[in-house]
Amino acid sequence: MSEKRIPVDLLIIGAGPAGLAAAIAAKRAGVMDLVVLEREDVPGGILNQCIHNGFGLHRFKEELTGPEYAQRDIREARDLNIPVRCGTAVLSVSRGKQVTAVSRDRGIEVFQARAIILAMGCRERPRGALAIPGTRPSGIFSAGTAQKLVNMAGFMPGRRVVILGSGDIGLIMARRMTLQGARVLCCAELMPYSSGLNRNIVQCLQDYDIPLLLSHTVVDIRGRKRLEGVAIARVDESRQVIPGTEKQISCDTLLLSVGLIPENELSLTAGVKLSPVTSGPVVNSRFETSVPGIFSCGNVLHVHDLVDYVSRESMQAGRAAAALLTEGRQAADRVAVRDGQGVRGTVPQRLELPRGEITEGMELMFRPDRVYQNHFVTLRTGKGVLFSQRCLILTPGEMAEVKLSPKMLEQMRGQELTVEIRPDKQA
Amino acid sequence: MYDAVIIGGGVIGCAVAQRLSEYAGRFAVMERASDVSEGASKANSGIVHAGYDAKAGSEKARLNVKGAGMMRKLCDRLGVPFGMPGAMVLGFLENDRNALEALLENGIRNGIEGLRLIGREEILRMEPHVNPDVFMALLVPSSGLVSPYELTHALADSACENGVEFLLDTQVLCLSNEEGTWRITTDRGVCISRCVINCAGVGADTLHNQISDRKVEIVPRRGQYYLTDHTLPLTFKRTMFQVPTRMGKGVLVSPTTHGNLLFGPTAEDITDGDDTATTREGLKDVMDKVRLTYPEADLRSVITTFSGIRAHEQGGDFIIGEVQGAMPGAFEAIGIESPGLSAAPAIGQELGDWVAWHLRLGRNLSYTEPVPLDRPFAGMNEQERRRAYERDPDYGRIVCRCEQVTEAEVRRAIRRPVGARSLDGVKRRTRAGMGRCQGGFCSTRVMQILAEELGCDLNEVTKSGGGSWILSDRIRGDERR
Repeated sequence: MSEKRIPVDLLIIGAGPAGLAAAIAAKRAGVMDLVVLEREDVPGGILNQCIHNGFGLHRFKEELTGPEYAQRDIREARDLNIPVRCGTAVLSVSRGKQVTAVSRDRGIEVFQARAIILAMGCRERPRGALAIPGTRPSGIFSAGTAQKLVNMAGFMPGRRVVILGSGDIGLIMARRMTLQGARVLCCAELMPYSSGLNRNIVQCLQDYDIPLLLSHTVVDIRGRKRLEGVAIARVDESRQVIPGTEKQISCDTLLLSVGLIPENELSLTAGVKLSPVTSGPVVNSRFETSVPGIFSCGNVLHVHDLVDYVSRESMQAGRAAAALLTEGRQAADRVAVRDGQGVRGTVPQRLELPRGEITEGMELMFRPDRVYQNHFVTLRTGKGVLFSQRCLILTPGEMAEVKLSPKMLEQMRGQELTVEIRPDKQA
Repeated sequence: MYDAVIIGGGVIGCAVAQRLSEYAGRFAVMERASDVSEGASKANSGIVHAGYDAKAGSEKARLNVKGAGMMRKLCDRLGVPFGMPGAMVLGFLENDRNALEALLENGIRNGIEGLRLIGREEILRMEPHVNPDVFMALLVPSSGLVSPYELTHALADSACENGVEFLLDTQVLCLSNEEGTWRITTDRGVCISRCVINCAGVGADTLHNQISDRKVEIVPRRGQYYLTDHTLPLTFKRTMFQVPTRMGKGVLVSPTTHGNLLFGPTAEDITDGDDTATTREGLKDVMDKVRLTYPEADLRSVITTFSGIRAHEQGGDFIIGEVQGAMPGAFEAIGIESPGLSAAPAIGQELGDWVAWHLRLGRNLSYTEPVPLDRPFAGMNEQERRRAYERDPDYGRIVCRCEQVTEAEVRRAIRRPVGARSLDGVKRRTRAGMGRCQGGFCSTRVMQILAEELGCDLNEVTKSGGGSWILSDRIRGDERR
């Protein structure tokens, strides 16, 4: 065991879909000296417990299960001889890009990286964060934990289930638990719309006659040792409980699917600036954070709906890191991107336009702040509206995207860009 | 036959047990829950009160000052987190001056040093997040912090190492005296003892009233709390009290020994001493009051809410010693609400010595001093981590990512003398599951380690013993257990 710092050109934290795609892209772009650190015993991240299908439609034009999707990247990383070190947890990242990690095989190791890609993914918001009143019995699980118990450990967490929140994992688990013989009584959603994908509402709730109760929440939890029941109630437009609408439901299991939070504790140890809206790092169009040489992609950057987009974004981040390592920093014109009316959490927060001719386009991703029908996604600079496109439906449950062509990018030089959702096509 | 049976495995019962274990005799702690520290000792503010507040001349004042004085050394001996960042009692109105001056005077009478009144500017210089509308404050340099459950667990371990039996899942139903010997009827059988020591918290009055004609009445007083994620730097360095009310010390904003922020408690007199539910109204009440101290308090940083029950005796003071109006050999610690945790070292010592004297016990010649708990991996520097890993490679495996708890620590917690038997037991001893994801990621792994160490099936692991099962049934064969 030595205490020397292990030099490495590119260190990637996390071997889920984001970390693997970033590593593959970086290696292909010519980074020879790289390592991926993964805290779990196997690569693949959360995809390993997502045994349902529906992954890869955009990227592979196929319907894959989570493990199948992961396996493609795992195999490619192996073919490219990318070292993926599993069972290795990163403890801290310094601003100077020193990475301290620990594993059972090698103990404490300290890497000195030239560039880092943060790809740690996200975590689920727990019950405690919602401050739901009541007792604290067993039987309350985040949907992802329940998914791991069922699909990985092979045990059912309970038999009579209420789901709070309509995030995608909760919807998937409604179906999974039903197929396994549990009774899923309802799915209560605080908002007047679901935060999950429409296809999941159809395929996981409607197909099994599981009621989706919009504008409802859990207001009490009963049971001293094991959960015995919950009370749900209707809420008004300002999400306040409407008195008199409380209803008792007897159940032994409450699954929570109430939001995902990018897991940026390591980013903070490195001094990376976070966005209060996305809870992920503030990045430029190269996916570089406020700390030069530290990049971020996937769900640690902002929570995605589809892994296909995680992979796409992460490949861009991998290529950008490779470009920095092999070509050095290129001069660029900066364009700040701002959330305008109706828009939350646009990523990236800054565009970096190459000084010469712009040959490649870029994407902006964001979520609407509520449901909009027949509205226009509009890009505006100081010089006026640059782009406006009608969308039949925009909902917070589905991330929206605007593709920026080289021509549009050229028009933004020296400007600030605002992304808006408007009822009219403004000139 | 036991020499003494201690009823209740909270911080008081375990402190008494630890002290008694220095004497030669046969002792047992009976606890109705599946683990020690399952009642008020796991859910309180974790403050080592300086002692300015308790009324001069009361048992509360005497034992608070004495116990707080013993706390640092005791925590060092046990390896339990302790700190003394100080506290402020904040007054927001001109009228609060009288209350603060009265507290200062009371504190001086109780022998507390370093107390002084400070004005707005000095307050904000020392604690910049305090509401700028603050008027004046009592500065209390000797106010401390301790992790109450870690203290209880460490006391229990030391007592157990020195021969005290811990009978968990054992509820004492009835006490009676037969020909000078105490007969203890539990839900698991009957035993006899020369002495009984009633440290049963909110249930202590029932047992007391069975054996004494001088009745006492405990009112369960519930306190609801919010706990936030830890941050660096700390938002508040010190414990922030508000001017006390008739119901207690009011709502505080305080760092914990682990760098979280604690908001609470409420003070609600309830009828059911086991009703540790939180309520919408209670939590709202806490937040409303917290915002007076700390206007920027942000619910988004909250990682959990909980409530604890204080055993408030209607006389208002601690009742410590031989049970009045009972046959000889019955002892008790009743009404141990705040500042009970601060007083615990003193209560343990006095009550333990008293019982030993009563029984004419000699010294326990094989008594060994407690071995301080291992420092947590999360708190080690790089060198210490390398050494820990060399000693035990399980230190190389992080189980709880939020609190950086290793597999070695989880296994050691289960193997401690009064070891963890449940997820909550592991959590209180190691902090695995106590962080921002609240066990979302690590609970499955902790359950697997528990099953391995305890030699049981995964679906026999519980959250907190009894009926708190976690998994209903297996859906696959054994191959992936």
